[in-house]
This record gives sequence, structure tokens and C-alpha cells, in this order.
Amino acid sequence: MDIQALASQIPEQGEQSLEGIDFITSGDQYLTFILGQEQYCVDILCVEEIRSWENPTKIPNAPLHVKGVINMRGIIVPIIDLRQKFKIGELIYCDTTVVIVLTVETDAKKRTIGFVVDAVSDVLNAEQNEVKSAPAFGGCIPQNYIDGLLNVGDKVVTLLNVNALQVIELHKLS
Amino acid sequence: MSIDLSQFIPSFLEESFEGLELMESSLLNLEAGDNETIHSIFRAAHSIKGGAGTFGFNKVTEFTHLVETLLDEMRDGRRDIVQSDVEILLDSVDCMRLLIESARDEEDCQDEKITQTSALLAKTLGNDSQSDKSIVDNEATDADIAENGQDKKHWQIQFIPEHQLVQTGNDPLLLFNALADFGQVEVQANIDNLPPLTDMNAEELYLHWQLSLISDCSEDEIKEIFEWVEDECELIISLKTNENTQTNNTPKNQRSSAENLADDNLNSSVGSAPENNQNNDLTENKKAVQSSALDKKVISTEKSPAKKSEVGSIRVGVDKVDSLINLVGELVITQSMLSELGNDFDLTKVERLTAGLEQLLQNTKELQESVMRIRMLPISFAFNRFPRLIHDLSKKTGKSIELIIKGEQTELDKTVMEQIGDPLVHLVRNAADHGIETADVRLKNGKPETGTITLDAYHQGGNIVIEINDDGGGINRQAVLEKAIEKGIVEPNATLTDSQVFDLLFEPGFSTAKEVSDISGRGVGMDVVKRNIQSLGGRIQVESEQGKGSTFRVHLPLTLAILDGQLVRVGSEVYIIPLIAIVESLQIQSKFINRVSGDLVLYRLREDNVPVLPIYQLFNLPADNKEVNNALLVVVEADGQKVGLMVDDLLAQQQVVIKSLKDNYQQVDGISGATILGDGSVSMILDIPGMINIALEMAQKNQKMLEQETV
Amino acid sequence: MVVDDSNSIRDMVNFTLKSAGYDTQEARDGQDGLNKAKESSFDLVITDVNMPIMDGITLCQELRKLPNFKFTPILMLTTESSGDMKLKGKAAGATGWLVKPFNPEKLLATIKRVVR
Repeated sequence: MDIQALASQIPEQGEQSLEGIDFITSGDQYLTFILGQEQYCVDILCVEEIRSWENPTKIPNAPLHVKGVINMRGIIVPIIDLRQKFKIGELIYCDTTVVIVLTVETDAKKRTIGFVVDAVSDVLNAEQNEVKSAPAFGGCIPQNYIDGLLNVGDKVVTLLNVNALQVIELHKLS
Repeated sequence: MSIDLSQFIPSFLEESFEGLELMESSLLNLEAGDNETIHSIFRAAHSIKGGAGTFGFNKVTEFTHLVETLLDEMRDGRRDIVQSDVEILLDSVDCMRLLIESARDEEDCQDEKITQTSALLAKTLGNDSQSDKSIVDNEATDADIAENGQDKKHWQIQFIPEHQLVQTGNDPLLLFNALADFGQVEVQANIDNLPPLTDMNAEELYLHWQLSLISDCSEDEIKEIFEWVEDECELIISLKTNENTQTNNTPKNQRSSAENLADDNLNSSVGSAPENNQNNDLTENKKAVQSSALDKKVISTEKSPAKKSEVGSIRVGVDKVDSLINLVGELVITQSMLSELGNDFDLTKVERLTAGLEQLLQNTKELQESVMRIRMLPISFAFNRFPRLIHDLSKKTGKSIELIIKGEQTELDKTVMEQIGDPLVHLVRNAADHGIETADVRLKNGKPETGTITLDAYHQGGNIVIEINDDGGGINRQAVLEKAIEKGIVEPNATLTDSQVFDLLFEPGFSTAKEVSDISGRGVGMDVVKRNIQSLGGRIQVESEQGKGSTFRVHLPLTLAILDGQLVRVGSEVYIIPLIAIVESLQIQSKFINRVSGDLVLYRLREDNVPVLPIYQLFNLPADNKEVNNALLVVVEADGQKVGLMVDDLLAQQQVVIKSLKDNYQQVDGISGATILGDGSVSMILDIPGMINIALEMAQKNQKMLEQETV
Repeated sequence: MVVDDSNSIRDMVNFTLKSAGYDTQEARDGQDGLNKAKESSFDLVITDVNMPIMDGITLCQELRKLPNFKFTPILMLTTESSGDMKLKGKAAGATGWLVKPFNPEKLLATIKRVVR
């Protein structure tokens, strides 16, 4: 097929399909998801893919929130249950349970980890200045995991720090 | 046009090091009258010299020139091959290696050894004036350059080629073209010697030429152009003074007829460039020189950071790449066949589908094997340093030692090869230093004066076995045992089997040599050797007989990327036990079960008591079967310790590709990595020493808890 | 065709020629070169002298025996600046020689002398 011809078609199609959707804006985009009763979000650029839940292979003597590892196109990806990690919500695996696979590249290395969440809800646009700092009272989640809060309508979404999420605490034999 | 030569330097370095290795090994085998060997040594030195000169490593060139001259004399039979010269050459090889390494690192090499060796070489050659001569050469070229600066001269050149000149591929026109680069050229052909048409041989040249050149070039430069043909022609070059310019006028008719007869392309005046242009060219040239000098500076500053991040490369034989391409070709065919089948599939085509899938399986397998073969190198890469080592060791110890190398074509993964080198050196040093006895002791014991060390490599199952054997004194069992008792490694009254005693050698801080010698007692102990081998997923065994010698046997996996594994099931999980660790698999018979010291289950396997470790306990898993009776036991061995792993089921044996858990997660105790099984699921590969550690830690914890309870 | 057992030199010559717009083929030694010569013809052969299996001198003699290499220019790469090797090469039918070490510019200048 003629690539040139294809290329000229693309913008038109794009415009049609995106009509009516508040999609293209300036600022950053965030993927929001649900944990228990609360909404959280992460920087969408780090999201590798969203997978349905599948039973992973267990890692011996791993902490409870590390569910195991799965094979994602030949890469071994650990699966971490965010509800268990943050001790929020109940442990129910149902149809909407999904795994958000995040890839974060730090200067030292690249890590890909999957996080189990109750459901993915929306894509959020926000300017940097809309991110409000979180109160220091602290819930179950350690402060270093939280980048700030975002107001969406009358709800509040917690913005998680992807770098902190990629850190794996050393676990030893219990 | 400027071409960046630095891009060819890595490959020059690589082949130089290969050349040095070849020189070294050939020198060690060199015997008088062995012409082929001396030729190949000469060739290697020659290539290094040529390359070094081209890439601007002048120190290397200078030094290698001396080596080459000495070799050349040996090659021609002008010099007898004597041991002392060979020693000098061996030292020279070391020096060349140093020089090339420092050239690579862009450092100035100031090693004493180089000065000494080059002095020694020069002395041997009886020609200390070598370096002076090159200076004289330089001066000569300087003089040439000075001459260039002079005014334009009118050169008269008479060029009378022999008839067969063109048969060496030389073309007079091109020679004249080259002359035209110097200045204005006029050419007149002379047909006096032209035979009648019937006698003419199409492959011969009958013309000769009269040329005049107005240029500032020197006679030498003109001669250089005719350099290739000087013995095939008569060349008369004369400088025409201004007075007799008129003699230049040759009859016009002669010229035109020559033109007609000569090659069509042969113009009477070739490329007569105006003088202005010439001058421009010159200045441009100068600029180019300057800018290329600048380029070099840029390159050298850029190169220094690049040096650190060394990416290893593999030289792969073309045949291996070709076979890969063929296989990929087949894979593409199979794929298109299958996708065509899928376009309109119905049940009548099932047979074709199975056949296609079968083919796909075959293709994949072959492709995998071929890809693995790319990483495989013959073990001679690791072995080839030993002849020199033994040569040096026998000189140092005064022992006469012969080295026999077998199985050097056995192939091994490149990474394994790189990491096994040092442990092997250690073992060979040990064999030469502690194993082989001195000549008088050997003679007294009725052995031949010359000791023998044998290196052997062969495949066994999915592993490669490297044997280091010596016919020396063997390991003194009693001495080892006493030492171990003295160091508190074993209980004074313990009874140990031979292999248990020999394994003590690998205990940290254990050394039986009465005095630490210069050769083997250099900090790195056998424990490090063992650890290195284990980190490669291998193991080491010792056999020894007092008075007869010892054999160290290193078992290594062929590759670090693929492992032969036994799949076992525990509860719902499938684990992989490396086949190399498995001693045997059996079904537990209750009569061999012994329970000792509380809860530890021992299984009697012939004369050994093997502790039974249920995997479900170590890994905290639900299991189908927690009853020891009739359970399946996989007996594995690590660090000389046998343990039985209790599993629910034995599944298939297969090769698995090792994937790291550390990339996205972290090191897990008892697990060496993960792999992806045929159904796409992930399976963990068991790390046997790690599992034994878990068991030990658990036992210690239980003990502590018990102690606390009793207190 | 570039015949040299040294990868770096061969690569360098090859690269230089390619950058100057020539088509090239490579051979690892004399025998390899001869085999390739039998399959096709070349406008120029550049060969090292010292090579394993078949040296440049022999290659030269063999090439001259082939009908389509009778007049093909053959350049020898030589480090021995002594006349000895040049004469041998000449006798074997070589067109000329190039003394190592050489740089790409010199190589191209020399080639201009033998190829149109």
C-alpha cells in the first residue's frame, strides 16, 4: 500500500474519531484507577500496557503483596498488588481487576513492574500547577509514594510517584 | 577526501592480539628447520608491523621492525634457530603486547622491559645503528621536500618500454596522466619500431614516447612514477636548459601519425593544468592537512570516554551466519505456509496444519541451536595461554614439564570461556608448582624425569568437562587432614572419605604448600577457584592417588543462557532443577527413612545419609503430599553436600532459556532465575546451594526458638 | 578485489575504495582471491604479499594465467621497501606496489595510476 496516501488520510481520521472527546490539551496526562474506594493516578507516559488479571507464578517466600511473576512477551515481570502494598481496600479478584504495567527508566536501569488495581477508570489532563501538595497527616501510604493531589470535579485523585513504586523493598526470609 | 582511520583500529587491535598469540604459541613449538612455523610467525609480525604503521602506532612499528628483521634472518636460514633467540622473541611478544595495549589506551608506554628487549634485539642483530638509519631516511625525504620548493624546470623524458610492458597491467597513458599532475606535459609517440601489421602481436607494445614536462618536481619524483616499470623500459630523464628549447620541436607529421596509431584515448597533451590552479591545489592541500590534524585531535578527545564502556564483540564465522540466514529463510517459508493455511481453514486441512507446525518446531529448534553456536568458541581460546605458562613455570621452578593439550576444538560459550580462564590458570599453576615433583625426586620414585600435565576438554551430556591432570606426587591425604584439623575445619576424630578430604582443599583459607611460593600461593586460594566455577553453574571434583598424580575435573554448563532442567511439580507450581546438580531421582522407601535429632528426616542412600528437604516447606507452599513415605525424592548435590528435595511429581526434562529475576525484581533466595515454559507460563529455576542455605537458616532459627522456649 | 589476511587493512582499503566510488570484493588469502577471480573479473586487484595458504606472489602468477586477468592491474601491498620483494612481484606479473604504511589518500592516488 502507498504510505504517502495513507499518511495524508491519517489526520482526517484522527479528527473524526476524536471529535467530542476532551483529549488534546496542553499539560500532562494521567491514568486514573480505583483502589478500594479511592482514586489514584500515575503519569500515563510510564504505562506500558494494561492487562487483565492472570494467575502469576509465585515467588518463594515473597512478601504477601508480591503476587508473583508473569511472562510479558518474553520478559519476566513481577506483579504487585497495590491494595495489599498500601493496605487499602479488600482483596477481591473480579472481572474488572486489571494489571497496570509500568516501565520506569532511571539512569541506573529500566524496570518493568505490573500493579494489580481494582479497575482503570479514566485518562486525566492536568497542568503542573493543578497538582496540589498532599497534606502531611498521612494515611496508610508512605509520603514518598505520593506526588500530590488532583481535584477532579468534587473528587480527589492521588497522584502516585512512579519512581517510588519501582523501588522493591528487599525481603528476607520471614 | 579524508577517511577516518580510527574506525579500523579495533579490528587491527583484535587481529594483532590474535597474531601475538599465534606468535607465542608457534615460538613455543618452534624447532630448527621448521620452515612453515617460522613463516607463520614472520607473517604475524609482518602484519602487525604493517597495520601499526598504517594506523600511526609508530612505537609498535619500530619495535616490531626489529623483531621482523630477526625473524627474517631466521626464515632465510641466515641465522640458526637457537633457544636464546627464541627466548628474546618471546619477551618481544610480551613487549609488543604492552606497546599495542598502550597504543590502544593512548598512553605512553615507558616499560623498562621494552628498552631492554629492544636493546637485546638490536644486539642480536648486530646492528645497533638501526634507529640512526631511520633518522637518515627522514633527512633524505626532508631534502626532497626542500628541492620541491625550487623553480619550474623543463624535463625531457624518453620512455622506451619493452614490448611486454602492458602484460603486467601497466598502461602508459595512466603513467603520463600521473606525470600531468606535476605540471604541463607534452607527449609524442614514436612509431619507428612498429612492425608490419602481419607481424604484430596484439598483446605487445611497440611504441615509445618522448615526453616533455614543465614542472617544479624533482627527478626522483619523475622516477617514482616510472618506478613500477623501470626494469621493463629504457628511461632517459634529462633537464632541458633554456638555451636548447628549440630541440623540443619534433616533426609534426610524426606526431599525428603516432596519434592515429596509438590508443584513442592517448591525447598529445594531457591535463595541462594552468599554473594558478596548481598553486591553489597546493594551498588547499595544506589546509586539508591542517584540518585533518584537527580532526585527529577531536577524535582523540572523543575516544577516551568511549574506552570505558567496553562492549564485547564476537567474531563469527561466515558459515555460521549463512546457516542462520538459511534457517530464517525456511522459517519464513513455514510461516507463509501456515498463514495461507489459516486464511481459509477447514477440518480437511488438519493434517497439513500438523505437518506445518511440526516443521515450525523443527525450524525453531535449529534456529535456536544455530544462534547458540554463534556464542560458542573452541576452548583452544582458553587453552592457548598454557604452553607459555608452562614454559615460564618450568623455567622458574627448574622442573622439566611437558604439557599435553587435548580436545581443544571442544566448543564453549564465550562468556563461560572468559570467566573460566583464571580458575584454570590457577589449577595449572598448582599442578606445576605443587603437583609435579623435582627431577631428582621423580627419578628416585622411578618416574620419567619430565613431568606431564594434561589438559583435556570434552562434552558429557549437556556439559563440558575440563580436566587438569598431572603425574606428580598426588595429594597427601594425611597432610590435608592434619591441616584441616589444625585449622579447626574438621573434628580431630572425624572419619572422612577421600573425596571429602580432597574437598577440604577448597575451604577458605586452606593451603597445603609448606611455604607460599611465588607461583601459586598468591592470595587467590582454591576457594576462589571453586566459587568462580560455581558462579558459572559448574562444579569441580578432585581425584588423586599418592605418588601417581592428581586430576581436577571442572564440570561446566555449555552456556549460561540455556540450561538442561528437570521439571518438577510442587502443589500448583512447576520448578526446574538443573540436571547438572541431580544425582538421582527415586521413590522413597519407608525402610530407608530415619528420623534424627527431632524433626530431621534422613534418607539412607547406599552408605550416605541424605537429609530430606521438602520444597513446600522451604518455599511456604501448599503441597499435595506432605507425607514422606512413598514421596518422590530428587537427590541433588551442591558443595559436596547431598540433599534430597521432596517433590509432588516429576515432569519432563527439557532445555530452558534462563531469564534473570533481577532485571525487574530482585535476587530471590533459593532461586537462580526464571524461564518461560512452552505454554507461556513462568517457571522458577532452583538454586541448589541457595536452597541448602535456606534449610540451614530455618534449622538455626528453629533451634534458637527452642532454646528460648526452654529458657 | 582486495586480498589481505589482515581484517583491519582489508577493511581500510575496502572502505577507502568504496568511499571513492569503486565497487569492491574481498578475499582473505591468495587462494580465496584466486577462486573469486575465476568467478568474475575485476578492474584492479590489490593484494598483500605475506598471506597464509597462498601468498600474493603466487596469486599474481596464477592470475596472469587466467585469460581475463592478462592485463588487469595488480597492485601489491608490501612492507619490505627493499627491492627484493618488488622484483619478485614484478617477475610474477604485478603491475606495481604500494609500500605500507600507506594512508587512504596515497592509496587512491596510486590507484589512479592503474585504473582509468
